[in-house]
Amino acid sequence: MEKKLDGLKPGERGKVTKITGQGAVKRRLLDMGITPGTEVFMRKTAPLGDPMELNVRGYELSIRKEEAKSVIMEIEEAGV
Amino acid sequence: MRIALSGNPNSGKTTLFNELTGSTARVGNWPGVTVDRKEGVYKKLGEPIQIIDLPGIYSLSPYSPEEVVARNYIIDEVPDLIINIVDATNLERNLYLTTQLLETDRPVVVALNMIDVLEKEGIDVDFKALEEKLGVPVVPISAIKGKGVKELMTVVKETAQKPRTAKSVLETSSFGSEFLQIVNVLKENNINNSVFHAVKILENDELEIGHITENIAGKLEQIKKSIVLDEDLGDDFEAAVADARYTFISNNITSLVVRTKDHAEFSHSDKIDRLLTNKFLGIPIFLFFMFIVFHVTFSESFLGIEDLPSPGVWLQGLTEELMTLISDSTAEFLEAQEASEWAQGLVVDGVLAGLGAVLSFLPQILMLFLFLSIMEDTGYMARAAFLMDRILRNFGLSGKAFMPLLMGFGCSVPAMMGTRTLESEKERRLAIMLMPFFSCGAKLPIWAIFAAAIFPGNADLVVFGIYISGIVVAVIAAIVLNSVMMQSEVSPFIMELPAYRFPQLKSLVFHLWEKLKGFVIRATTIIAGSTVIIWFLSNFDFSLAMVDANSEDSILGIIGTAIIPIFKPLGFADGVFAWKAIVAIITGLIAKEMVISTLGVLYNPDVEGDALEDEEAESALSDALADAFDPLAAVSFMLFNLLSVPCMAAVATANAELRNAKWTFITIGFWLFTAWIVSFIVYTVGVVAGFGG
Repeated sequence: MEKKLDGLKPGERGKVTKITGQGAVKRRLLDMGITPGTEVFMRKTAPLGDPMELNVRGYELSIRKEEAKSVIMEIEEAGV
Repeated sequence: MRIALSGNPNSGKTTLFNELTGSTARVGNWPGVTVDRKEGVYKKLGEPIQIIDLPGIYSLSPYSPEEVVARNYIIDEVPDLIINIVDATNLERNLYLTTQLLETDRPVVVALNMIDVLEKEGIDVDFKALEEKLGVPVVPISAIKGKGVKELMTVVKETAQKPRTAKSVLETSSFGSEFLQIVNVLKENNINNSVFHAVKILENDELEIGHITENIAGKLEQIKKSIVLDEDLGDDFEAAVADARYTFISNNITSLVVRTKDHAEFSHSDKIDRLLTNKFLGIPIFLFFMFIVFHVTFSESFLGIEDLPSPGVWLQGLTEELMTLISDSTAEFLEAQEASEWAQGLVVDGVLAGLGAVLSFLPQILMLFLFLSIMEDTGYMARAAFLMDRILRNFGLSGKAFMPLLMGFGCSVPAMMGTRTLESEKERRLAIMLMPFFSCGAKLPIWAIFAAAIFPGNADLVVFGIYISGIVVAVIAAIVLNSVMMQSEVSPFIMELPAYRFPQLKSLVFHLWEKLKGFVIRATTIIAGSTVIIWFLSNFDFSLAMVDANSEDSILGIIGTAIIPIFKPLGFADGVFAWKAIVAIITGLIAKEMVISTLGVLYNPDVEGDALEDEEAESALSDALADAFDPLAAVSFMLFNLLSVPCMAAVATANAELRNAKWTFITIGFWLFTAWIVSFIVYTVGVVAGFGG
């Protein structure tokens, strides 16, 4: 199932398929390890709903939903 | 020999730097940017080795001042060697920067840090194999325990003597051959560091465009056009290069990391975060921590025990006593020497009194700064930013601004220093400009005394109202400033939440010492200077004869009287004594509580004692104020003092943090303007509504 990163629910995980956009935000996403093919685990959101905390390449990353919009993901279907 | 230290933030770089350089470390500035430049000397292996600590970065791209500074230093200043400090518990992301450093022609040694954590968690890393794959020496260390550091420097010394050929992981990527073609074109045209530049050209790096001369631009375009990337990448070279780096890392390095213990689903930090960034408890816990900070620093009934001073207040008392001691013995000394009256006045009432007022705050400033540093070093600061970002985003700030702004309720000085953690220049400036609106501790006596004198029975409501007004003005100002200060750069809030760790005592002490030095230097120059000036203006008239302190005939009094028209619309500059209010405001530049002291002296010159300390003086002032100020004028006066230029210590700190004279002036102008406008609006609306006049 295709979803944008900002639409992930806590506990969901998936693979990055594409990063849209350009400039500093995109650069930063790539530098922090969010590249096509990377696995991302959505841990939680902040109490006020934003930003979100992700687990990427073994470390915790905080990112605003606005910025997460530029990341297209392929989500694993919920296990049976 | 000159060595550069480079690595990710939170990789232990600062710890290693402190370990290597000890007391030789100096903190300065990279020209043109507000980025700290740290340098020191390593002396334990014979001839001294100069160590320069480059800013913590994730990449050598040109999007942040830190990255640009690091990159320019490596390419232009050509250090003899780069120590790349890598967090072994976070290998994949850390090596991303490593692959970029290896593309320069500098010798590199990888310091694999945090091996103590590796041992504890039962993780094995094949160092030798890593060395082979990277092509440079890899030395395991634990900076925090001081392990492996000497071995590291021995290897560094050796490796620096041998030249190194730059290598890029792109050579083994799907566009490897085209990449090498670009390298050749650059080599043929005698461009140094051809590998590094070739990569940047491929990435469409902005800083590179200046380097490409006309004759080769065409050739390079051609080669680039001939590259066919993977389907999903299209023509996105940036993503392709980043992807190639991480692919190299996962194909070659990940297999070198073996877990011998069972991998816990949740790390220590995750467990702690279950509580600290909890949906319901996270923010209350944060506010509770902040309450503790303020309580320990400012409370006069520590732990609820009446009249028991908290550590901060106790230390402040000590410093005050010390300053009084110095002041008294200097006064005695000068009298014994039969120094002239003005000289005595200048030294004792001018310089020492002013310095004393400011330095007595030093313990509390340091305490607040200590707490800020502890929050930063433990990793909690990132969580606080994570919790509060949503609120601050609407005002052009990020979550990282919350802590400094909250500190502003204590004292603007450490709060402004704390804005250094903010990502963008614009945010830093905005936070500094808004800082005084968060009513600091020194302003409280003004509210307390005015409220009690003029609004008896409702005093606490009035004081609370002042605090809230400050916040409201800050919010409105932020919204206005945001639309005015058009941002050219959108700073992303993509932030690592580092693993929690114990703050290192050495590091904290070093931080504090640096702040202390900076503050003392500023105190003895700007603050002492302005104190002397104000003392002079209040003790002399224009014919340079001494007059009664702060009297109407002093220069300050005359100036105060002259500028009454400016303050008339604000409602508190009416009548014969208007100049007193103005003079009080001006002396508030030394320390905000001086507004009260000065009013005390001006309204009751015959009463002994400082209205701040002495009960009799305070009640005498109270009576005088109730007479002189009607409620509306009082509110207008308080608001003006709240929003206007803070004390010189804060102004000096703002100047140091802004590092740009133009912005300092803009900020001062902004404070004056805001104070005037708000007082004016409040007073005018109040008069129209029938409250005063």
